[in-house]
Amino acid sequence: MARDSTGYTVGFAVAVCVICGIGVAGAAVALGPRQAENKVLDQQKQVLYVAGLLKPGQEVTADEVTALFEKNIRPEVIDLKTGNPAKGVEAKGFDQRRAQKDPATSTAAPDNAAKVFRLPNNALVYHVLKDGKTDTLIIPIEGYGLWSVLYGYMALDDDTTTVKGITFYAHAETPGLGGEVDNPKWKALWPGRKVYDDKGQPALSVIKGRAGDPKTDPYHVDGLSGATITSNGVTNLVKFWFGKDGYGPFLSNFRKSAGKG
Amino acid sequence: MDKQTKGVLFDPLFNNNPIALQVLGICSALAVTTKMETALVMSIGLTVVTAFSNLAISLIRNYIPNSIRIIVQLTVIASLVIVTDQILKAFVYEVSKQLSVFVGLIITNCIVMGRAEAYAMANKPGMSFLDGIGNGLGYSMVLMGIGFIRELFGSGKLFGVEIMTTTNDGGWYYTNGLMLMPPSAFFLIGIMIWVLRTAKPAQQEKE
Repeated sequence: MARDSTGYTVGFAVAVCVICGIGVAGAAVALGPRQAENKVLDQQKQVLYVAGLLKPGQEVTADEVTALFEKNIRPEVIDLKTGNPAKGVEAKGFDQRRAQKDPATSTAAPDNAAKVFRLPNNALVYHVLKDGKTDTLIIPIEGYGLWSVLYGYMALDDDTTTVKGITFYAHAETPGLGGEVDNPKWKALWPGRKVYDDKGQPALSVIKGRAGDPKTDPYHVDGLSGATITSNGVTNLVKFWFGKDGYGPFLSNFRKSAGKG
Repeated sequence: MDKQTKGVLFDPLFNNNPIALQVLGICSALAVTTKMETALVMSIGLTVVTAFSNLAISLIRNYIPNSIRIIVQLTVIASLVIVTDQILKAFVYEVSKQLSVFVGLIITNCIVMGRAEAYAMANKPGMSFLDGIGNGLGYSMVLMGIGFIRELFGSGKLFGVEIMTTTNDGGWYYTNGLMLMPPSAFFLIGIMIWVLRTAKPAQQEKE
């Protein structure tokens, strides 16, 4: 058959597609489990970082991360609206970001400055245990900066308002400007600040310029110079996730049950 | 190594650089050069993909129907890029997180298809493979150069290691924010092309 006949062309196209398809599908299937493992491991690492159980840059093996995580951290799935534990949902294998995307397991979020469009029905929190009791709570946070959605975690003391740490593990802000959200020096400014004011409203914000000492100026954090929009994004996402549409109900339940409300 | 092989492999570095002379692959040169680490991974990724796509296309060059040759090239390239992306995600997860969408964008990098169409369609597999590596190296060289300048002056670091302590970290170096923005790469690439064409007047385009 001639090389430019219709039959040959169609046949050739089909053959190329089948061969390439098998190659791509084969790679995806063969490497899938390894990728999933990496993803879980990465998430556990981020939680350990913000809990202060791992230092950034510290060399750890995958097994050490898993062991440290299982020993110290108890993940819990909650019903975001009521703040109560979600029934019948295993924390292991629960993928909050997937749940948030799926219309069956999420609802449209009310208008908000953090530009969170959907809210998952169930959400994760991590308890950092000390002598079997919750010592620190780790709350996932996300919101829009300048170019991208920032994903991170905030660690709170068991009074549910004192910040113990913050981290952003995924973002695509300008390196050197908004990208400084993952600068350890900036993150070190957070511990000791307070999320809620006396009335129980989220009050913490990133301001322009320098904030004072956490003791005298607990509701402000230094802005990132040259990155006003990213800084505002961080303020917005803190306000949103610690407000009534985010983890507010859960934290208020937690306060009551701990007898500190 | 005979003369022809050498030419195929090393010409793309200075004499026939894909970015400087052929002006291909500019978009990714802007996007991934704010840090040397991402620039390096992108360079390796592109070199590997160009080499293997050239090899694959060259192997089937005598069977590809002329009317659908571009789409066949694209299919082969896209498959290779997806496989590369999968491998990165499985073995160097941290790096793949940083590169995120850029790996997928290798598909649209003009160098890969440009070489497939211009070289691999008309040459033997072995030479095509080398041509892919050569052009990958030419691209890498430019990327690393631009990345070096942008990371050093934009954030005072090289490969994430602090070279000049920035004011953000309590040091003396006030970072140049422009270096981190895409336009700076335009300026740098422009200057580089200017220098190269002044040094090698044969590369100048006729008026």
